[in-house]
This record gives sequence, structure tokens and C-alpha cells, in this order.
Amino acid sequence: MSASTTNTPVLAVRDLSVRFTTNDGPVYAVNDVGFELGRGQTLGIVGESGSGKSQTMLAMMGLLARNGTATGQVLHHGRNLLGLPAAELNAVRGDRIAMIFQDPMTSLNPYLTVERQMTEVLELHRGLGRREARVRAIRALDDVKIPDAKRRIDFYPHEFSGGMRQRVMIAMALLCEPEVLIADEPTTALDATVQAQIVQLLRELQREHGTAIVMITHDLGVVAGLCDDVLVMYGGRVMEHASADDIFHRPTHPYTRGLLAALPRLDAGAETLRSIPGNPPNMNALPPGCPFSSRCRFVQERCVSTLPLLQPLAPGAPTLRACHRSVADLDALEAADA
Amino acid sequence: MSATLPVDAAPAGRSPWRDARVRFMRHRAAVASVFILALIALACVFGPMLLPNAFDSVDWNLMSAPPTRAGWHLFGTDELGRDLLVRTLIGGRISLLVGVLATLVSVTIGVVWGAVAGFAGGRVDSAMMRIVDMAYAVPYLLIAILVVTVFGRDILLVVAAIAAFSWLDMARVVRGQTLSIKSREFVEAARAIGVPTWRIIFQHVVPNLMGVVVIYTSIVVPGVILSESVLSFLGLGVQEPMTSWGVLIHDGAAVMGATPWMILFPAAALSITLYCANFIGDGLRDALDPKDR
Repeated sequence: MSASTTNTPVLAVRDLSVRFTTNDGPVYAVNDVGFELGRGQTLGIVGESGSGKSQTMLAMMGLLARNGTATGQVLHHGRNLLGLPAAELNAVRGDRIAMIFQDPMTSLNPYLTVERQMTEVLELHRGLGRREARVRAIRALDDVKIPDAKRRIDFYPHEFSGGMRQRVMIAMALLCEPEVLIADEPTTALDATVQAQIVQLLRELQREHGTAIVMITHDLGVVAGLCDDVLVMYGGRVMEHASADDIFHRPTHPYTRGLLAALPRLDAGAETLRSIPGNPPNMNALPPGCPFSSRCRFVQERCVSTLPLLQPLAPGAPTLRACHRSVADLDALEAADA
Repeated sequence: MSATLPVDAAPAGRSPWRDARVRFMRHRAAVASVFILALIALACVFGPMLLPNAFDSVDWNLMSAPPTRAGWHLFGTDELGRDLLVRTLIGGRISLLVGVLATLVSVTIGVVWGAVAGFAGGRVDSAMMRIVDMAYAVPYLLIAILVVTVFGRDILLVVAAIAAFSWLDMARVVRGQTLSIKSREFVEAARAIGVPTWRIIFQHVVPNLMGVVVIYTSIVVPGVILSESVLSFLGLGVQEPMTSWGVLIHDGAAVMGATPWMILFPAAALSITLYCANFIGDGLRDALDPKDR
């Protein structure tokens, strides 16, 4: 699908849609999302809150809430994970595909020691005994640079700081050396210096183990630091899918451009923070056309009535975009605006 | 980032339980109650072995005697000349045994039932909780009397009869707590790791329930001991010459006017035990209250 997918994909998502049945009628949280992920690759999924980033990941892991249904395909080495029985899914989850969550404060069980929570993973997936599992767990904590891991492994989660807890989560996710690591905003709950450390750590671990990473974030800095490819989502749809370089230097979608313009920059010296006017769409009542149409500066009639399809920028080009206006059009309009 | 942080001197593994213990120790009445209760339990277990009188041997010279040092009848004797001190201790054995057994059974059933219902949710939850509701509507004493009359007086039967009804509250409390824990992120994290559902319930959810369970158990224990006494008082408990606090109080109440010590000592033993259990429950509630961290 995209330029940097050179080797066979570890994970391929095709036409993934998620629908929630609510009292206010069906909510289409994710629509026709697709991507491929090769070994050692990193894909960033960016978008505002409610754009469907997290639900995409939860659907892939079979973790949707009870009222949600996922359609499409999530292929792990060609095997569709959607609709797999719980036992088979459990064999994949935590072993071949692992996940780390946004808030390390709440995603560890407060009543179990870190040792217990880590050894459980190895007992489940590797059938290791408690002692052997403990040795491996200590090594994993060493890998994520927890000082004095041998002693700290017997600590309870509340005895770790936020950054340390996220490292514990990462260590735990990497225990079985998964092929894919799904990170759902792993740095959001951490302060800036710790964020940088975690991103650095992920990069190092990826280099060592060749893990493919799906990084869900709304922090474009994290994307720049870590990702090969970027998927920009809005209103449950993919707006643009391109290499990280292209996203930052040659964004082709008005929404992507808006996101980048909203980044505060130290060098540009702008007095006011730019934002995209308006609010994220109400997922209960999406317009029939482009979900971004209500906030787009370059909106035209066609945008409101018909949905733009996700298409290559040019025939055979790696960048995919969903917009009725051509890039040349956008450039001209932007120039006229300024 | 690879710089090693200075190793602080925190002792390893300061669990939430340890914090609770420290807070519990500050609750003086509760700590005192633990000692008194332990003393009563020890006396009940070992007292009869150390005292010269047997619980069923009759002293023909001393019937309905008031407390006296003669012959070690420190609590006096009953109308058959049996030593009341030893009988109170033996009765305590039965009462405490029934209390502990029935509590264990009811807590186990209650926790498993409540946790499974709460975690499963949906129809399973509804069905399981409707069963609890139905059991609530059954007149407990009537059924207990019926069971004991039909199957005979057996201490295990008494335990079963009491346990069969005392797990209901526990199940409700545990279910409510499970519902709130179920939505916590670490449960989702456990799923993402590939932990099977039953293991999530018993490895991840149940430890988080323990605070509530411990507190609630301290309420169940006195209730269960009291139930045993009620059943015994109604003549449905253990068989003569074996006795329990309920039986002793029953017998003592009949001759309360003439020989008040016969009701006084067993009643005091029961009341003190119940008070202690309540104080301990109080202390535990304070100690495990998460707001008090």
C-alpha cells in the first residue's frame, strides 16, 4: 500500500470498520481503514480525540466493548484475527501482538506485584515455571533500564513513578518478543522529558528485536521521532496515508495541513497559536460527504455531498489521500488566502 | 537515559496490604479486640484440656452451685452438677467452629458467585442475581428448622443451613465491586496480554475485591455465630451433652431467676466475642478505606 512496505507484511488490515450499537442508533466509529506493516516498521496513527484511532487498535486486538462489531480483515501472517475464538485469540495476544496502554497508572493491577504480572505472561504463553519466568522478567526490566531490577521486580505498581511504570508496561509487552507492538498513546500521560526517554527506548528496542510498532498518538513530535509511515485519521476515516517525511514536508490533505499548522513552532515566532476552527464531528451524525467538510477551509459543494475516496496522489504514487481538491488546487487557494 | 537512578532505600514490596496493617495497628479498640478474641479462642481450644473437670461429668455434691474455687467450678455448676466453665469453653469451641466454617463457606460461595456474575455481565449476571433475589425471599429460619428436623441434628448440617443463606449479601457486595473493577484499564491490559477470562476473574479481579471482602467478612462472622446461637436456642443446634453458647444461654434462661450465673457467663462470652468481631470489622474498614491513604 505504501512505499516503505518492501518486505512481506506481518500485519495487514483491510477495510476494517467498527460499528457500535447505541441507544441513539448505530455509530460508525471506524470506516474502511487499511494498512500494512512490515517487520521492524513503525506506523503512526494520528488524529484528534474521537477520530477512531484507539477503536481501530482495540478492534484489531478483539477488545471492543460489548456493543461494538468489527468487519473487514486483520491479517496476521495471512490469518484473519477478526472473529477468531477467544482461546486462539488469547494465544496471539500478548505473544505475537502485544499492546501498551495510554495510562501506566491504571493499566497495572494495583494488588499484584510487578513480578506476578510479568511472570503470568510467560507462564501463559511460554509455559515457563515461576522461577525461570522471574529470571526472564528481570532481564526484560533490565532491558528497559529499570535500575536495580532484581529488587524492584517485587514492588507493587504504586511504588513506581509514571515513567517507570510505562517502562514496566513496555517490558511486559516485549516479554514474548512480539512481532507487533501496538502502543496506544504511550506517552500522553507522561511529562515531556519522560516522553522523550520512552520514545528513545522504543526506538532502541525496535532496532534490537525488529518489532513492528503501531504508534497511536496525537503528538506529532512522537511521529517525527519514531515513525516510517503515518496514517492520518479523521471522523473514523483515513484522510491521508504517506511516509512520515511526506506528511511533514509535503502534506496533501487540508486536514493534515491544518494539524501541522497548529503545531506551535519556536522558530517561526508566531504570536498566536493556530487551531483548526470548529469541533471534531459528532459521530452519531456524520455528513454524507467528507467528514472534515464542516471544518475545511477549502470546502466545496461536492465535499459535503459525496465522500472522497482514498486514492493514490498520482497513479502508482505511495501517498494516499482522500480529498476532492487536487494538491495544486489547495496550494493555489492557500497562496490566495495568505 | 541510561544513567542509573540512585537506588533509594525503600524496602521491597510495600504492598497495599502492608499499608492497611499499619493503619489497623493505630485502631486501638480493634487491636485490643484481636487480642481478646485470640484469648477466648485459645481458652476454648486448650482450656478444657487443662481444667480438671470434664464437660459432661457430673459432680453429685454440687448441683446448681454458684461460682466457687472448690473443685475449680469458677463459673459454678448447672442443675446437673456439670462444671459451667468447661461447658462454656466447650460451647465456645462449637460456636466458633460453626462461625468459622459457615463464614468460610459463605464467603467462598459469595465471592465466586458475585465475581462471576459481575464480570460476565448481561444475561448470566441477571440470571445469577435473580437466583440470589429468590433465595432472599425464602424464610431462612423456617428452612433451617425444616432441614434440621428432617435430616437430624448434625453440626455440619447447622453449618450448611447457616452458610446457605449468609452468602447472599456477600455475593451482592462482591458483584457491585466487580462491576466497577471490570471497567478499570488493567483488566483490558490483562485481556491484551491474552489472559483467559476465568483467570482474569480469579487472578486479577478477586485480589482487588479483597478489601471489601475482608470488611464484609467481619460483619458476616458475628452474624453467623449469632445464627448458630439462635438455632441452638430453638433447640436445633448440637445434641446434649455436647453444647454451644446458644444452648447454654437457652438452658440458663430457663432458670435465670434462681441461678443467674448459668446465663451470665455464656451470655458474656458470646457478647464479648461479638463485640470484638465488630470492633475488628470497624478497624478493618478504617484500615482498608482507600480514601484514607
